[in-house]
Amino acid sequence: MDGSAAGNEVVVTPEPAGTLALGDAPRMDCRNVNVFYSGKQAIFDVSLPIPDRSVTALIGPSGCGKSTFLRCLNRMNDTIEGCRVEGEIIMDGKDINSPVIDPVLLRSRVGMVFQKPNPFPKTIYENIAYGPRIHGLAQGREDLDEIVEKCLKRAGLWEEVKDRLTVPGTSLSGGQQQRLCIARAIAVRPEVILMDEPCSALDPIATARIEELIDDLRKRYCIVIVTHSMQQAARVSQRAAFFHLGKLVEMGDTDQIFTSPRDRRTEDYITGRFG
Amino acid sequence: MSEQALSSFGTDRARKRLRRRRAADRRFKWYGRAAIGFALAALALLLASIFSQALSAATYHVVSFRIDAGRVVAAENTSGALKEVYDQVRADLFEAFPDASGTPAGRQEVSALVTRLAALPIAERLRASPARRGMEQVSLPLSDDVDLYLKGAAARQVTINFGPVAAEPTEDGQGVRLSGAGAFARLIAAASLEHANVTDVSFLVTGGRSTVRLTRLSADEAEGSLIAGTASEFGNRALCARIILAPQSERTVSDRQIAWALALKADGRVRRVPHWSLLTHTDSTQPELAGALAAIVGSFLTLLVTASLAIPVGILASIYLEEFAPKNRLTSLIEVNINNLAAVPSIVFGLLGAAVFLGVMGLPRSAPIVGGLVLALLILPVVIIASRAALKAVPDSIRQGALAVGASRMQTVFHHVLPLAAPGMLTGAILGMARALGETAPLLLIGMVAFVADVPRGPGDEASALPVLIYSWATQAERAWEPMTGAVILILLAFLIAMNVAVVYLRHKFERRW
Ligand SMILES: Nc1ncnc2c1ncn2[C@@H]1O[C@H](COP(=O)(O)OP(=O)(O)OP(=O)(O)O)[C@@H](O)[C@H]1O
Ligand SMILES: [Mg+2]
Repeated sequence: MDGSAAGNEVVVTPEPAGTLALGDAPRMDCRNVNVFYSGKQAIFDVSLPIPDRSVTALIGPSGCGKSTFLRCLNRMNDTIEGCRVEGEIIMDGKDINSPVIDPVLLRSRVGMVFQKPNPFPKTIYENIAYGPRIHGLAQGREDLDEIVEKCLKRAGLWEEVKDRLTVPGTSLSGGQQQRLCIARAIAVRPEVILMDEPCSALDPIATARIEELIDDLRKRYCIVIVTHSMQQAARVSQRAAFFHLGKLVEMGDTDQIFTSPRDRRTEDYITGRFG
Repeated sequence: MSEQALSSFGTDRARKRLRRRRAADRRFKWYGRAAIGFALAALALLLASIFSQALSAATYHVVSFRIDAGRVVAAENTSGALKEVYDQVRADLFEAFPDASGTPAGRQEVSALVTRLAALPIAERLRASPARRGMEQVSLPLSDDVDLYLKGAAARQVTINFGPVAAEPTEDGQGVRLSGAGAFARLIAAASLEHANVTDVSFLVTGGRSTVRLTRLSADEAEGSLIAGTASEFGNRALCARIILAPQSERTVSDRQIAWALALKADGRVRRVPHWSLLTHTDSTQPELAGALAAIVGSFLTLLVTASLAIPVGILASIYLEEFAPKNRLTSLIEVNINNLAAVPSIVFGLLGAAVFLGVMGLPRSAPIVGGLVLALLILPVVIIASRAALKAVPDSIRQGALAVGASRMQTVFHHVLPLAAPGMLTGAILGMARALGETAPLLLIGMVAFVADVPRGPGDEASALPVLIYSWATQAERAWEPMTGAVILILLAFLIAMNVAVVYLRHKFERRW
């Protein structure tokens, strides 16, 4: 995180017991997060530091609260009726849940890619240009064209769509749509990108392309990815966190989690004994 | 496993089950087709009956007169001009039928061919261009009852054309004797088929400008007295017999009037022309003068008020309820009540309108503004429900996608959700408007049934509306109103169909997939 970390006054908190020390101050630091759906608790006291410029994988059996936790990070839970989030999630020294933080601004800094590709039913160009336009990131048409091209290139889609930027984004294939969604997410220059099972609707080739892309994006962004594929988690992530029944069971470097898990449940899950 | 599965396909029981299932499929398809066939047949029947009813109103008969425009223009006011025109028309008719014009009763019978009010548009037109001085050729509609007999559309009337027969004047010179072997068998057959009492039946035989009313009829010979024209006109030409099964005492039109109208027609003074005045005239007590213009304008103004209130309010309410409102007890209570409101009978809205808009707020009676307000309340729930359904149909993933790139709630709704929901919302709005266009009951209660002779100039003026006009014409006793009613129904249907076509077009144009 070196250069960029020097600029902001991140308060480095003591690592929760049982984690490996991080090289840098975390990009986002979650402390004692609890989430309730209409009073029913879905996340129990999760504390998880998320390092910058690396991929953090959230793994765990279905229904354990990975998506719920991910949505806490850009306050998408606000849009769910009856959902209440407790605890602190620190970004740049501020709790993102505090009333002074504008969720709209937060979401422009913490982008999200969903499980099912959801491009806007507008042109490919418009899909990318929309975010920069509403945030005033582009001065004039040329600037916007440049942003669109840059994002599509970074998402590895440029070569495939450069001649048909005016066709609807929904007319692309599933894998292309997902890359378009990633391009759309990075177009607003976020610092963090959240991905909720981004490859679950894709075939192995499209998946491989997205994984390549994630590996590339890691150099600039902090990425949090939810995945059900252990191989994928092992391939793309540097850090991993194992959730079970709403609790964070174990977190650490991916290598360590996959080679020498400390918790029995983690081991069972990774080796496919349950989940 | 697979062997067992295959063999189980082959068993008799499995085959039988399969057969039954296929038969059920086929049966269901036929039920569906039968249901659609029934609906289409009912629609076709409805349209056919309205069309056949309205057909005779598509044209009407007008009589041409020559009028001295100078004398009309010289009149002091419109009523003076009207009197002048009508006097000239009557004088013309008296001249054409001198036999009848000797007595006041006869003169009245002759003048009844053209109603006095029919002269009004002519008088107004001539007064509007005072430079015209010479003789003017003008056309006035024939009185509606006579018109019906000329069209052959009157009740209990049979028209039969038959070939040339020998004709000779009777001894007293007042009548004609027609003879031809078996020439009149068809007349007898046609008359006795429907009516036994032959003395009540009028047999009018017309040749050229002359008509004779038969007093004696056998298969080979017929004799009658002249009621118009001369005996010499009957020989060696095609004749037309009109058998009118209603006795003269029960009709508004006498045999002589029919004969005169036929004489005018033979003179080339009566023409059958398209009934444009149905669209250009306002309501009238005389069917031949009445038109739907005031009602069309009234309906338009009413819908204008309805649309400008119900569409924005309905759409904004649905956007708020669907996209912004918290989902709690209060909003679900509101939702239930909106649904209830949509099911409230329209007459209740009329009562409400009469009590609140007329009684409490003191708005003018019979005005499109009140009608529009009432109809807006009536269709508001429909618009809200349709718009909410359209908004609900937009997948949540679109909203999440927009929120995730940092769009505000408002931006999400207006940039992404609304464009997708717009065709559905528009459809709902137009369907609501179509419902408003056809509503009658609430308008009756706020007095829009009043007779309106002037085209309303604004939503505050007295006005009628198309469905109300249909109602009031349909309840008139005179037979001539019947085809007129049919014609107005067709006008209304044309507007409704135009709206529905707009719906289909919009849906196709803006439909987007995601
Ligand atoms: N909108 C919601 N309202 C109520 N409960 C919810 C909602 N979303 C999730 N939950 C509950 O929260 C718990 C965690 O759900 P979550 O979707 O976060 O699981 P997950 O780990 O993402 O599962 P999966 O791997 O299947 O996606 C579940 O028990 C679920 O029933
Ligand atoms: Mg999930």
